[in-house]
Amino acid sequence: MIVTTKNLKLNYGTQRALEDVSFSVEQGELFGILGPNGSGKSTMFRVLATIEEPQAGTATIGGLDVVSQAQQVRRLIGVVFQSQSLDKYLTVEENLSSQGHLFGLSGTNLKERITRLLDRLQLTDRRSSILKTLSGGMKRRVEIAKALLHDPKVLLMDEPTTGLDPVARMELWKYVDELRRETGVTVIVTTHLLDEAERASRLMLMHMGISVLQGTPAQLKSSIPGDVVLIESDDPEALRQGVFLHFDKQKCTVVDHHVRTIVENGPNFVTQVAAAFPQAVRGISYHKPTLEDVFLKETGARL
Amino acid sequence: MNFLLPTWTLWRRDLIRFWREKARVAAFAASPILFWFVIGSGFGDLSVFFPGALTMTVMFAAIFSTMSIIEDRNEGFLLSMLVSPAPRLSLVVGKLLGGATMAWVQSLILLCFTRIAGYQTGNLLEVAAMLWLIAFTFTALGFLIAWQMNSSAGYHAMMNLLLFPMWLLSGAIFPPSKAVPWMRAVMSANPMTYAYSALWQLLDPKADQYASISTCVTATAGFGILLVVIASWIVSRPSPRTAG
Repeated sequence: MIVTTKNLKLNYGTQRALEDVSFSVEQGELFGILGPNGSGKSTMFRVLATIEEPQAGTATIGGLDVVSQAQQVRRLIGVVFQSQSLDKYLTVEENLSSQGHLFGLSGTNLKERITRLLDRLQLTDRRSSILKTLSGGMKRRVEIAKALLHDPKVLLMDEPTTGLDPVARMELWKYVDELRRETGVTVIVTTHLLDEAERASRLMLMHMGISVLQGTPAQLKSSIPGDVVLIESDDPEALRQGVFLHFDKQKCTVVDHHVRTIVENGPNFVTQVAAAFPQAVRGISYHKPTLEDVFLKETGARL
Repeated sequence: MNFLLPTWTLWRRDLIRFWREKARVAAFAASPILFWFVIGSGFGDLSVFFPGALTMTVMFAAIFSTMSIIEDRNEGFLLSMLVSPAPRLSLVVGKLLGGATMAWVQSLILLCFTRIAGYQTGNLLEVAAMLWLIAFTFTALGFLIAWQMNSSAGYHAMMNLLLFPMWLLSGAIFPPSKAVPWMRAVMSANPMTYAYSALWQLLDPKADQYASISTCVTATAGFGILLVVIASWIVSRPSPRTAG
């Protein structure tokens, strides 16, 4: 286990940020922390990044404690913050060399590392560009290059695709995938986006500072047996009661003006509902459970 | 862990940033001379206000250079500094050297006018050295304040609250010997008093000898060292939480 946390607890004043959070990550994994804003995932990230100290519990990276051995831990981790951390007045190369110096790298060793990373992230022709002339996607890639400069064992990324357009987003993940294949680096990423969470080898769902559920995306989704049915109606509450009575006390909820329920056989149920309530049903669909459904089931809240 | 490399790179970064903002460079060169000329003309005597303008230039430039801490925090650069394994003291010293160097160079521009202002030029090296010490010490003071601040508005309010009284009570406007006793006591507790006194004595043999030059140097340096120690202590504590 390259990363472990045990019973982490952290409050900001009276506000609970982390409560009894335990998880572990194996070498080479892409571990996702999925949760809405304010779920505690960014706090979790900050603890692993050694800039926030938990009030109880322990966290280790590479067997080193993130509080008492923070200086050594910092050599093992590469950190990509949600907000930009680059200096917009410096060139790409100057940004990277400054970072290298902070890690004690210099001379030809540093130059070679910069060249290699710029090449890998397809930034070679922007090497001497002032940072503020780069596009959002390029800046993110420079952030990643910066985080990887000292060959970290664990790459920590806090909502890395925030503010990127879909194309830049896909590219970023392509680079991360390549990187994992080539170097075997462990990646821990926080996100509130489902499609990003789907990429993880394992996930932790967080809500109000608590680790709600952990497992592979497939395992999490299989926690919901059957299909999720959504029915659109002008009066969803009335329809909910109708469905409940008509289908032998079928448990339904109203979510976002839709009646929502989970059934064994989606296609069958959809036809039956459509036939039974031809007036009330404006639209009806079913889908295999998504991580959003899992989150809703576990927390009653939306992502 | 290498100490000098992080220090050097942070120093270099501040200078590069400064040099690339051309508006800042122009204001930088012009403002000390303007200070001296405008306030000196107000006194009706450019000469008498010269040491005061010099003190004001170096201190204000030093303290306000730490505005970059707020920018670094807002731009996220500060966090990436803190998650590096560089010794905290090297990060503090690197930031201080950046700010101090710019303040020092700015005061040297004004120092070029020493002879025109009618002061002796025999001690210019000593004056330059003293200006460096002042620049470093007061950058450290600004650093401590800036570190605690999240917004530039709060930072400016705090600086004005602290800086102007300190400068007014430094001896640059009226010497301690002419002050009432309680104010004299306040002035003797003001680090700027010693900084100003040293500069004045080095430039003008007829200056008020508030304290010996060696006392002034010791007081300024001691204050600076104390501030650096406090600064590296607060930097090694978990940082104030930023948005996210």
